[in-house]
Amino acid sequence: MNSVIGDALLVAKKDLMIEFRTRSAFLSVVVFALLGIVIFYFAWDSTAVAASDLAPGVLWVIFTFSGLLGLHRSFGVEHAEGAIDGLLASPVSREAIFLGKAGANLVFVLAVQAIAIPAVSLFYNLPLGGVALPLAGIAILAAIGLVAVGTLFSAMAANTRLSELLLPMLSLPFFVPIVIPAAQATAKLLSGRPVVDALAWLKLLLAFDLVFVFACMLAYPFTLEE
Amino acid sequence: MNGKSVAAVEADSIARAFGARRAVDGVSLRVHAGETLALFGPNGAGKTTLLRLLGGLIRPTGGNASIGGQKVPGGPEMRRQIGVISHRTLLYDALTPRENVEFFARLYGVASPREAAVRSLEQMGIADRADAPVRSLSRGMKQRVSIARATVHNPKVVLADEPFTGLDVSGARALSRLLGDLRESGAALLLVTHNIDEGLSLATHAAIMHQGRLIRSGERASIVASEYANEYRDLVAAGE
Repeated sequence: MNSVIGDALLVAKKDLMIEFRTRSAFLSVVVFALLGIVIFYFAWDSTAVAASDLAPGVLWVIFTFSGLLGLHRSFGVEHAEGAIDGLLASPVSREAIFLGKAGANLVFVLAVQAIAIPAVSLFYNLPLGGVALPLAGIAILAAIGLVAVGTLFSAMAANTRLSELLLPMLSLPFFVPIVIPAAQATAKLLSGRPVVDALAWLKLLLAFDLVFVFACMLAYPFTLEE
Repeated sequence: MNGKSVAAVEADSIARAFGARRAVDGVSLRVHAGETLALFGPNGAGKTTLLRLLGGLIRPTGGNASIGGQKVPGGPEMRRQIGVISHRTLLYDALTPRENVEFFARLYGVASPREAAVRSLEQMGIADRADAPVRSLSRGMKQRVSIARATVHNPKVVLADEPFTGLDVSGARALSRLLGDLRESGAALLLVTHNIDEGLSLATHAAIMHQGRLIRSGERASIVASEYANEYRDLVAAGE
């Protein structure tokens, strides 16, 4: 008898193996993120807005949209040859499928962030030395929330004709409560304030993570109904 | 299809509607361990929907069904008993046959999943391509892998929807042998096919489905293949 966590790890490993083999989603998302950073850089008037004021917004706009791009493929691989039916007919619980998919998506989003954050630091000349660790913490907390919501709506949208349109339309309103505290906490750190000043936003972020992870896990089985 | 003991597959007036269309309209059937029910029917008769209902992939809108005495759609214990073969491959194209089958073997909690995957692929005569990406295989080869995936856990119930799709003669022979072995080991098979000869050669019972209903069913021994085939052809022609 497999456990939920054991099955979730199997599903996540399978998804990451597929992504590692094809690299199609990762490469396109990284290129998208870097292009976004470059475009924001050229549109930036450094005499009007300080880098530390602009960078948090740039970072979270990039993460939100590149995350959506990556999450879209999550259930696409399941529907290509009808593999989702094999998965649903197997004894794996629906919660394990959700957690596995979300786990793989989390690794994917964190990998994109690991490239995008240093890129933003480079373009906006923001030394991350002292804030690298707390910034990584914010990125991980926000990624958990984004991935939970995105995985749920990716499952809902995957089986529809308008999935490319539906996923952002459904996800973005739910991304807002995650992006606001993440951007606010990032702004405080990048403007040189101590971590303790960002603590209230981090608590809010953590609360939304817990709510979204459990709510999305519970809601996920209903997205599979025909 | 007989009345003895707990049926491996049982449906009681099961129905499924999609909006106003009744894809499956009150089907009742029983398949016991060691029996094979070949289910024939023209396109759109509701055969695939019936298999999806029995496999727990969709919920019925009426009636009920059970697998090994457990209500459908059930939990992991019910699903553990089933192997689903579809006319779609249900495989991950970027993975190899070995990885696909091993992944499912692990999900089913099969002991020594790697060895079981290799054994299953050998049974279907595809072991020599076990490490090539699935996307590089022909349709028939993919179908062999798909069958290996569906049977790696020695299911007690096999729900097979057009399992011979794309298979060449040797693939079809390997599948017939595998299904025969499963049946002898006590599995119940529900086989959907358009090929009357193929279906009847494996069946202990046969039924014809039309417009969501079972319109004819009986034991294989009482069926004369040529007459059955003519009857079926007339039925399909009448429906056109």
